[in-house]
Amino acid sequence: MIFPALFFYLFSGVCIAAAVMVVASRNPVHSVLFLILAFVNAAALFILLGAEFLAMILIIVYVGAVLVLFLFVVMMLDVDFAELRQGFLQYLPIGALLGGILLIELVLVLVGWTIAPGARQTIAAPIPPPASVLNAEALGHVLYTRYVYFFQAAGVVLLVAMIGAIVLTLRHKPYVKRQSIAEQIARTKASAIEIVKVRPGQGL
Amino acid sequence: MYYAIVFLPLLGAVIAALIALAGARARHPGGPPDVGVENHAHGPVDESRPRGAPDPQEAHAVLAASHTEPQPAEPPAAGSRSAEAVTTVFLFAAMLLSWLAFVDVGFGHHDARVTLFPWIVVGDLKVDWALRVDTLTAVMLVVVTTISAFVHLYSIGYMEDDPYRPRFFSYLSLFTFSMLMLVTADNLVQLFFGWEGVGLMSYLLIGFWYHKPEANAAAIKAFIVNRVGDFGFSLGIFATFMMTGAIDLDTVFAQAPALTGKTIHFLSWNVDALTLICLLLFMGAMGKSAQFLLHTWLPDAMEGPTPVSALIHAATMVTAGVFMVARLSPLFDLAPSAQAFVTFIGGTTAFFAATIALVQNDIKRIVAYSTCSQLGYMFVAMGTGAYSVGMFHLFTHAFFKALLFLGCGSVIIAMHHEQDIRNMGGLKNKLPLTYWTMVIGTLALTGFPLTAGYFSKDAIIEAAYVSGNPMALYAFGTTALAAALTAFYSWRLIFLTFHGAPHDQHHYDAARESPLVMVLPLVFLATGAIFAGYPFRELFVGHDVTEFFGDSLKFASGAHVFEAMHAIPQLIAMTPTLMMAIGFAIAWEFYIRRPELPVELARQQEPLYKFLLNKWYFDEVYDFLIVRPTLWLARALWKYGDGWTIDGLGPDGVSARVLDVTRGVVRLQTGYLYHYAFAMLIGVAALITWFMFGGARVG
Amino acid sequence: MTIGLGHYLTVAAILFTIGIFGIFLNRKNVIIILMSIELILLAVNINLVAFSAFLGDLVGQVYALLVLTVAAAEAAIGLAILVAYYRNRGSIAVEDINLMKG
Repeated sequence: MIFPALFFYLFSGVCIAAAVMVVASRNPVHSVLFLILAFVNAAALFILLGAEFLAMILIIVYVGAVLVLFLFVVMMLDVDFAELRQGFLQYLPIGALLGGILLIELVLVLVGWTIAPGARQTIAAPIPPPASVLNAEALGHVLYTRYVYFFQAAGVVLLVAMIGAIVLTLRHKPYVKRQSIAEQIARTKASAIEIVKVRPGQGL
Repeated sequence: MYYAIVFLPLLGAVIAALIALAGARARHPGGPPDVGVENHAHGPVDESRPRGAPDPQEAHAVLAASHTEPQPAEPPAAGSRSAEAVTTVFLFAAMLLSWLAFVDVGFGHHDARVTLFPWIVVGDLKVDWALRVDTLTAVMLVVVTTISAFVHLYSIGYMEDDPYRPRFFSYLSLFTFSMLMLVTADNLVQLFFGWEGVGLMSYLLIGFWYHKPEANAAAIKAFIVNRVGDFGFSLGIFATFMMTGAIDLDTVFAQAPALTGKTIHFLSWNVDALTLICLLLFMGAMGKSAQFLLHTWLPDAMEGPTPVSALIHAATMVTAGVFMVARLSPLFDLAPSAQAFVTFIGGTTAFFAATIALVQNDIKRIVAYSTCSQLGYMFVAMGTGAYSVGMFHLFTHAFFKALLFLGCGSVIIAMHHEQDIRNMGGLKNKLPLTYWTMVIGTLALTGFPLTAGYFSKDAIIEAAYVSGNPMALYAFGTTALAAALTAFYSWRLIFLTFHGAPHDQHHYDAARESPLVMVLPLVFLATGAIFAGYPFRELFVGHDVTEFFGDSLKFASGAHVFEAMHAIPQLIAMTPTLMMAIGFAIAWEFYIRRPELPVELARQQEPLYKFLLNKWYFDEVYDFLIVRPTLWLARALWKYGDGWTIDGLGPDGVSARVLDVTRGVVRLQTGYLYHYAFAMLIGVAALITWFMFGGARVG
Repeated sequence: MTIGLGHYLTVAAILFTIGIFGIFLNRKNVIIILMSIELILLAVNINLVAFSAFLGDLVGQVYALLVLTVAAAEAAIGLAILVAYYRNRGSIAVEDINLMKG
């Protein structure tokens, strides 16, 4: 059937085109949107490969969270997109040359590539046939047992990233009232109350 | 005994030097003072015209009453008296021992060779420090120590006001030591050691008053011109060593006859070895004895104190060249071309220096040129092979020339450091002792019959006449003419200084006869000027010559000269005396009878007068030909050779290149991230390419 | 025709080079750089998953998941830095970021 091939070429073509537009478009918001398109197509490629869980994760987490974050930041930063600096073309020839060289070398590697004879024996976690186990379940079998440390480490990484992002960008606005719970609890009679002797009829 | 003669002066010098150093430390406990302070302290001395001759470039128009007192800005050095006493006593002891040695060696023929200690032991060459004492040496010992002793005594009076006396006496004694090492040298290198030593001491003594820039310049000039001569002298020693394989005199003299006819091959020429050696050695003598081309330092050396002029530039150092030629007479005798050259130079110098002395106005410069001229006489004699005649003149000349210089010093002191004879006059009655001793010295210098100079000088002129040397007749003519000129300028000095009316009444009134310490040497030297001639005549130029000198002088070519000297016609024998009378008469006419005549003559013959007054323009020619190109070359080598090339390729260049490279490399650090990323990409691509197509392959 | 492993790897390679282009070819602003980095990481992920599918090994997908995690964290921090930088300097034009110029 040609459908798999057709879909493959469709998705990969769009993905590559979108990637090119990410770099080449003038408006940064357009760039982000094109990146989203590229990721969606990549997710489709993942589905073609049989890793549907990963594809969904890609869309939900990556596109839905990270790239939306990109969009927020782009909107917030008031980027002046009207000016296209002229230096773009200066590096194009040599950059293209280098990129071309890299690409050709990568492809050469692929063309002459064969799987080593004994590689089949080294498979760490064989994929069970998809009819019996869903991709997500299969991943779960492997992830929470053999690779639990990596899983926990990934969690720590995310925690640290979160804290780091807050630390970097948090600003206290000076005119906003806020509580300091520690101060409130640490009140003592001496600091909270002041006794003033008032003569009758005098007032404060 | 010979140890004592040679090393007593050294001991005296060391003691005086220690006193000087101790004194210097006491004066400046914190180290030498700031240069500016010293100059300021001696300001009054430097601001006014410097003591010494007025600038000879000026005509006789300006008679500036220039005189300065050497204001001692500091008190006299501590221990001066003891330094003076120690050195003088040591010198007198050495003098007495020298006279003893003279008798012992000259008449008793007890030649000696005293080995001190080994010096050079290299391969086959074995050289010792040794004292060679033969008649020639004994004559020089007497001359050196006697004159030096009396100069020491004289300096006690002359340098009375000077705050740096210990240093002065140390230098004088050290000079005497070097001269003694020179005359007692048993090998060429030891002679050169003494040679250099006297050159060094001459530099130090001429520049004794080192705060005066003229003294410094004169000292350097003396040293450099000497150096030029020393260059030739060194080459001569090297050539001798090359040809004979030895440098001690006995071996060289023994091998000398075998060298006749041998040639030295240099570049493409074959030069006669002995002639070349003798010419090179004579070049050293030309420098040291201020002969014709290397004479320029001697008049400027008068910047030094007068005792220095008397000792070094009249009696001893300048005679070192003469002595050296005499000492190496075995070599010179075998090189007739060199002898001809020696005679030529001697005759030329005798005449040339006398012409300049005719018009000089500084009292010391007249006597300096006179010395130069008389040295020319000595070399004439040396060149003709009559070495003993030259030595005789050296012997007598030491006495009367030192006398003349010390007398000048006495006059200078009396006139409060005035040195221009045009400002003097009429001192005959104020300074009688000085006057009469100087008259005696002048009589001896001009060769008045029966004085010492008469015997020695006439002997030289006669020897020049009879010699078979190619240059002999030229030498005879020049020396005879010079005799007339000598008489003229010597009497001119006496007449202008002591006769006539005083030009400077103030100084004339203040003039006093010198103290006893200064007059005593004058008297003794005057005695020598009279009596050093006749008694020694037979020993030096008469029948006892060969017996007296023995092996110390070679007489091969000069042997016939002595017989011939007895046989010359009467007219020729009377020539020097005749010349002297003519000179005296003209001087009398010019300066006593009709004093306006010389002024008139000078004005009429202005170019000739200027030519003579400016010393034949030698200084100017040398400055143009030699000094300026040398300075230019030195500057070029400094700026371009050292500065541009070596510094440029070396430290400065390296640092500049480092800066250049850095400046280029810094441009890589633009601060832009994408540039860095680009660089990384290039690196990755290169690595991948290399791994794929070259380099390491795994499997 | 059968889509083999090579096809997927080629796609990944092309995406990789486009991402690298994006880092140094852009003159506009820094966000493009961050997005180019995301593209590169995407290419890596495609590689991993392709190998996982063709070798039949789940480890590739696990690895891709972890890469995804780290990429998200890095994007967050990168953007936070960008925001802080923008607040201080007022511009995110690439040419203005040359404080490290030496």
